[in-house]
Amino acid sequence: MPNALVIRTAGTNCEQELCRAFAMAEARVELVHLHRLLEHPEEIRRFDLIGFPGGFSYGDDIASGRIFAMHVRRRLYPHLVQVIRDGACVIGICNGFQVLVQAGLLPGPPRGQDWSNEPPTPTVSLDHNAGGRFIDAWTPIEAPDASGCIWTRGLADFDTDLLVLPIAHGEGRFVASDAILDDLESAGSVALRYAKDLNGSLRRIAGICDAGGRVLGLMPHPERYLDWNRHPAWTRLNTRCIPDEPPGLLMFRNACAAARVHAQA
Amino acid sequence: MPTATAARRVHRIEIRRQNPADDPRARLLLHDAQALGICPSTARVSRIYLIEGAFDDQEIQRIARELLADPILESPAFEAHDPTDARVIEVHPLPGVMDPAAQSVREAIADLTGHRCEVVTAWRYELGGLTRDEADRLARRLLANPVIHAIHERAYSPTELPKGRERRVEVRRVPIRDLDDEQLARLSREAHLFLSLDEMRAIRDHYRARDEDPREIELETLAQTWSEHCVHKTLKSTVRYTCPDDDIAWPGRPGVRIEPDGSIVIENLLRSTVAAATARLIDDGIDWTLSVFVDNAGVIAFDEHHAVCVKVETHNHPSAIEPYGGAATGIGGCIRDIIGTGLAARPIASTDVFCVAFPDAFAPPESEPTDSAEALPPGCLHPRRILTNVVAGVRDYGNRMGIPTLSGAVDFDDRYIANPLVFCGCVGIMPRDRIRGQARPGDHIIALGGRTGRDGIHGATFSSAELTDTHADEFSHAVQIGNPIEEKRLLDAILRARDEHEEPLFTAITDCGAGGFSSAVGEMGEHLGAEVHLDRAPLKYAGLTSTEIWISEAQERMILAVPERHLDALHAICREERVEMADLGHFGTPDAELILYDHDTEVGRMRMDFLHGAIPMPTRDATWAPSPVTVPSDTSEHAPDARTALLNLLAHPAVCSKHWIIRQYDHEVQGNTVVKPLMGAGAIGPTDASVIEPVPSSGRGLAIACGLQTRAGDPSRAGDPYQMALCAIDECVRNLVCSGADPRRIAILDNFCWPSCNDPAHMGALVRACVGCYDGALAYRTPFISGKDSLNNQFTLPATDDQPARTIAIPYTLLITGVGIIEDLTRCVTSDLKKAGSLVCLIEPPAPPTLAQSLYADLFARDPHAHPQRADLTAGPHLAHAMARLIRSGMVRSCHDVSDGGLLCALSEMLIGAWSTREPLGVDLDIPDADAAWAFGEGPSRYLVEIDAHHLDDLRATVAEACESARISVIGRTGPSDRLTCPALNLDVPVPTLIEAWRGTLDW
Repeated sequence: MPNALVIRTAGTNCEQELCRAFAMAEARVELVHLHRLLEHPEEIRRFDLIGFPGGFSYGDDIASGRIFAMHVRRRLYPHLVQVIRDGACVIGICNGFQVLVQAGLLPGPPRGQDWSNEPPTPTVSLDHNAGGRFIDAWTPIEAPDASGCIWTRGLADFDTDLLVLPIAHGEGRFVASDAILDDLESAGSVALRYAKDLNGSLRRIAGICDAGGRVLGLMPHPERYLDWNRHPAWTRLNTRCIPDEPPGLLMFRNACAAARVHAQA
Repeated sequence: MPTATAARRVHRIEIRRQNPADDPRARLLLHDAQALGICPSTARVSRIYLIEGAFDDQEIQRIARELLADPILESPAFEAHDPTDARVIEVHPLPGVMDPAAQSVREAIADLTGHRCEVVTAWRYELGGLTRDEADRLARRLLANPVIHAIHERAYSPTELPKGRERRVEVRRVPIRDLDDEQLARLSREAHLFLSLDEMRAIRDHYRARDEDPREIELETLAQTWSEHCVHKTLKSTVRYTCPDDDIAWPGRPGVRIEPDGSIVIENLLRSTVAAATARLIDDGIDWTLSVFVDNAGVIAFDEHHAVCVKVETHNHPSAIEPYGGAATGIGGCIRDIIGTGLAARPIASTDVFCVAFPDAFAPPESEPTDSAEALPPGCLHPRRILTNVVAGVRDYGNRMGIPTLSGAVDFDDRYIANPLVFCGCVGIMPRDRIRGQARPGDHIIALGGRTGRDGIHGATFSSAELTDTHADEFSHAVQIGNPIEEKRLLDAILRARDEHEEPLFTAITDCGAGGFSSAVGEMGEHLGAEVHLDRAPLKYAGLTSTEIWISEAQERMILAVPERHLDALHAICREERVEMADLGHFGTPDAELILYDHDTEVGRMRMDFLHGAIPMPTRDATWAPSPVTVPSDTSEHAPDARTALLNLLAHPAVCSKHWIIRQYDHEVQGNTVVKPLMGAGAIGPTDASVIEPVPSSGRGLAIACGLQTRAGDPSRAGDPYQMALCAIDECVRNLVCSGADPRRIAILDNFCWPSCNDPAHMGALVRACVGCYDGALAYRTPFISGKDSLNNQFTLPATDDQPARTIAIPYTLLITGVGIIEDLTRCVTSDLKKAGSLVCLIEPPAPPTLAQSLYADLFARDPHAHPQRADLTAGPHLAHAMARLIRSGMVRSCHDVSDGGLLCALSEMLIGAWSTREPLGVDLDIPDADAAWAFGEGPSRYLVEIDAHHLDDLRATVAEACESARISVIGRTGPSDRLTCPALNLDVPVPTLIEAWRGTLDW
């Protein structure tokens, strides 16, 4: 069984469902407070899967994920990079995505280059939604074929009616320079797109991964879609014509399978 | 580390957008300003940080660039430059006002630099194309509330941040022993005690017997403990009720005595009605209520191992003055009630209900009234601002806490103009062996969470008072801003303290709500006494008096009773979670006294039995005179056609889509939301109840819904509060049952919001509503498990040159909140029509619906007083059971309760839920004849059901078996058209037109 770490801190609030997601995908899960981890950052090396949950870490009081990211940059970064080099899979959801971006873990180094041991200056950002407001909604999602993301493998096989994910954020508008956006596309780093514009994200980007495909950051919440009866129109679904497990759970199964290979290696 | 040369000073850092034209916050500001009729040409929004500490320039640069500014979107500025081509508005918190962001920034700077500092955060707006006057109006109406903010016209950069001053302990005695009635009344008012003359006399006499005058802190403790807010003295008092030609049968009711003169005397109104119903139901076999009316929330069994607790609070008065902070601290307080139930529950869902005036009925502040919009009364905020800001308050607190805000309602009546109502509910889950706590002598009194400041002082007494136009100034200190992250940390720490060791680390827990420490410690130590050292409470700033510490209602604090042996373990948890922990003293004193010390000086000493047992309970007078029922007038020639009526009703603020609110709330967090507030093919259709799966993977659900039938109780509409209570219970039950809840497992809560009960007519209305609660709860077998009341919701306008003083009293408002258990989530039903070719059936009680008290009557003034609605206490409950059986059998494709706006509005909502361009679905109502009462009339216990035609006989048999008197009619058929048609009403409307009307109103 792979070992999954979920990092919580003041204001994270999606850690329980993220733990459940890893557990349903048959990982052994530990939920650890960031401050405990900062005292023993080398502990991260024990894990095959690492999750940064959604929420409002430290109240998002300066900007979403900013203070959490500052701690990661200062103390955890080299350990995270090492465990990623070793093959671990990392996911940052919503606030966790904002943390990964500001910590300099995404988009990560260009294909073929090693991670640096110092956190780089961020090159992408998650701005306030174009409408200026928090939005809670389920939204159709596209998983581009060109993406090398381990987490999103097989999503495109789902019916478009079923390939939906919930979003709940005020700061989810993905922004970067055109050059960076082009790099992301050509590297297969655009892991998920909104099927229609929701929050003003450039090129409708909902989630990106590193060039190796193991580190995923996304605004939608796959951990809220582990059961069919969370689908926004599940009372209309024909239960005889749907796969056993919904797309949210598949994403965690993908990562656990990849991590299991890594754990055995 | 800071160099020795850096002097302590205030550094101002401004975080500016690199491209302000691309800033969504600035665009939203322009949008909101336009709605107020003020149109800036440009807007720039910047965040200001004032940081006081001994930092050198390099450190300040580092703080700005590594912590405060986004490298892609923002740049820091260290010098303030006011532009020449734009107006500057800076909004800074007033000293002492909670600034949650400042706390996070202070801690982060300490982590980054290893150095402590003080921080204030503020907002800066640069607005082009405005006059000074326009900028000033925009500042006061949209950007700031002078109750909590200072507004500056240029960059504000103080040389030092405000600090409190140290003070000496002073014990002030209040001479009371020699005061006469008039002087007692003046003391009560001027010291903001809001105690009645009887109560002031009781206090005076007690201190005469003690042969001393009360110390200030003792008097304040009495005022808090005896406040309406804390003790509910009106609902618990004895009432003498008279009513000519009464239709309520009084003999045999609990706690009731019929006097020779025909008047009815009810002892302890609450215990004899609402609570008596629960007691009778428990006697009669309901065995799943676990803790009712004794704790911070009511508790019921969920499954073998888990209990569910529910609480609904109001936060009306603070929300009238500062809607954002009022609503946020309202939801924050209700969440703490759940955390403070038994030995702590985990919050899993929130609800919110708002009652406000019609936004279009009032002219903007400082504007002239028009034909359709009257002038805003002095001292009142505009309803649009109130609604926008209460929604934002609930959003920002609930979302940050990670609790899904799932269910709610908004109702409108112009009499809410000065007293908007904000109901906040919360549901929690806990292990069944953790539902009771009891402090023991010797347990330490541990305060956890936020620091104590001068905020919220006199909130309990303020909320018990009537508002006047000067209240905003007089009670600004009663208004608070919440800090949800502090509360989230508190929750995390408390749940660990409950679960991480062999036994919980505490024996009892309660929250600091109204009355602060005084109420929390007073309640927990009621039978034990308590010794409290006020100087041990961590303070936000120096200078608070003993009394201020004792009664401050600073948010995000809980009191735990902790045995000595667990102190270290609790401390370890708090250190890791960064929750402040203070040991204030201990429970248990020799004579069960409350003894208060400040720096070892005794500042107060009172007997608990006097504090909790001596409040005088005078008999209150109550009268009720039924409104005359007028003869129906025939106004049919003026009646609108069905299409006009339907589209107007769908667009009515009370009926229309609330997606503008719902979509701002995270109702999916925790990942357990099964039936969401909006569902259907396009996820825009309204559902009747929201459903969660509290224990994931269990397949067992909890439905949450409410009932609110204010028009049915409004005397100006010939309403009767007794019927209002019955209709609200019926509506709540219908909403739950339509989603799949088992009507045998529904628990309900009452929230009364009333005008002053010193007026016997208002008191009489309250008596009737309470009796309605009793009869309704027994008929539906739905025990009340908790409740709360908010009285004195009225506003007195001072006399002016052309008008005498007048009082605006809110309509009698009773919110019924219900939770119901769903045995099998796969049986859940939603209201969106599912398929073409189905039958649409109407299932209803024998009495037909009427236009009386309907929204149709409000809009089109047709027979407003004829034949008011009456609940059928036999058919109503039977129909609920019939619906549950139909749903369990699996034959129901969709169903919906018929409520505001009547049958055609309900059916339209079912069509809206079904709408998709790919597979259009319409309904043809092929009935021989129909009139306005059938189409738009309102009345309890009516359901619309969609079934396959071959199930019709089964449906008839099932309904008849559960409810003999039920009327069942097949009113139409679904088909692959995109229209709602009814030839008998000459109605033919495309579904997209219905959607446009329904979604267009509240889309701010």
